[in-house]
Amino acid sequence: MSRSIERQLHLIDFTVGSILRRKGKNGALLLVYTLVIFVLASVLFFTRSLRAEAAAVLKNAPDIIVQRTLTGRYQFIPMGYADSLRTIRGVASIAPRLWGYYYDGGFGANYTLMVPNDSTVQPGTIEIGSGIARLRNIRVGDIVPLIGHDGNPQTYTVARILDNGSALVSADLLLMAAADYRSLSGIPDSFATDLVLTVRNPKEFPTIAEKITRLLPDTRPIVKNEILRTYDAVFNWRAGIILLLFTVVILAFFIFSFDKATGLSAEERKEIGILKAIGWETGDVLAMKFWEGIALSLMAFLAGAILAYVHVFFGSGFLFAPILKGWSTLYPSFSLAAHINAGDLAALFFLSVVPYTIATIAPAWRVAVIDPDAVMR
Amino acid sequence: MLGTGAALAAAALLLLVHAEAGAGRAALADARTERLVAALGLTDLALFTEASYTRHPSLTDLNTPFQDSPLSFEHFPTGSLMQPPLSLVHPHVAKH
Repeated sequence: MSRSIERQLHLIDFTVGSILRRKGKNGALLLVYTLVIFVLASVLFFTRSLRAEAAAVLKNAPDIIVQRTLTGRYQFIPMGYADSLRTIRGVASIAPRLWGYYYDGGFGANYTLMVPNDSTVQPGTIEIGSGIARLRNIRVGDIVPLIGHDGNPQTYTVARILDNGSALVSADLLLMAAADYRSLSGIPDSFATDLVLTVRNPKEFPTIAEKITRLLPDTRPIVKNEILRTYDAVFNWRAGIILLLFTVVILAFFIFSFDKATGLSAEERKEIGILKAIGWETGDVLAMKFWEGIALSLMAFLAGAILAYVHVFFGSGFLFAPILKGWSTLYPSFSLAAHINAGDLAALFFLSVVPYTIATIAPAWRVAVIDPDAVMR
Repeated sequence: MLGTGAALAAAALLLLVHAEAGAGRAALADARTERLVAALGLTDLALFTEASYTRHPSLTDLNTPFQDSPLSFEHFPTGSLMQPPLSLVHPHVAKH
């Protein structure tokens, strides 16, 4: 083994002993440091996985959705608009969508009503998302009353509960037949909620969207690319509480580093003085402090990242649930597939290990260059 | 202490392997969900069901969060958690 490696191993051995001599202080530091990294890593893992999940499942979203708005308010779209849109070259098909919301006053929950285009739901029956089934304790075959637009209750038999595996997109869905939806909502046959366009060439999305706006100025086309990008922006690090959390964590790192960089305790100064007096060189002292910084910050980084992984992917991010739920009564129960990004891990590593290690070396260097006699006094 | 460090490093490696192995299982579950998304023409995750613009952020616009009255503030907690879709904040970016 080369002499320099052997020297570093001895230094590491001494550093470990030095850290263990100050168990209480270093243990507390490690605990808080781990906690800070745990919070940051949990947010990173959770948002990254949610974005990846959204991108994966929503890639089959409609090509273009055409809504109608009047002075910033949504309006039902006349079915006749479909005929105008059919004249646009590149549009392969147009289908009306019937959907809306239903507020369940008894449970304080909002459901999303939808009519599947393939008419799989029989009139008089409904299919519900697993979130609704759990909230209302509903089983297949149960009768569910819904209050119609005229105030009269209409009853439906639950034909199917949607697979919980798709809860992330379907927890609050209530699927019904078109005739039932129109009778419940009062929307006339000549109107739909919006129109869905299939486009032959994805490169033509922007051109077709522009043509739609020109042809029907009271409409608003939403293209698939925008839908896919939505969750990138929604869970971007700049978003509301995530930004707040990042700021707090970075501030905590700053306080750690500042505390380290502003000076050593009397005991640590004495230790350096003694080491210098018995023949250690400044380089040895700095190497020891380097290993001390690396040991503490690397352990905190590993422990924090492991705990965050367990929290997000085994515990479904249970600590985030109260924040994510907001005022929602209905919340999907889902487990995220682990999407670990090397860039995120590298950023976390450099944010946690590098500044702390540098901040550990800097004050030690200031002390190590002074005469040992003066340091020990 | 070196033992603890080595154990942590081993655990981290194991979790990376777990993440890699989980990707295959997730793809199967995603395939079922993708079919549902395609069949129903879904556009959003059912994460925030408290208001229309949080349930369907990709379909919303800048007016909806403030539609209750002309001077009202956007008041649902989710509004402080997420930011508006990029296509609303920078419409020109979405076009290209």
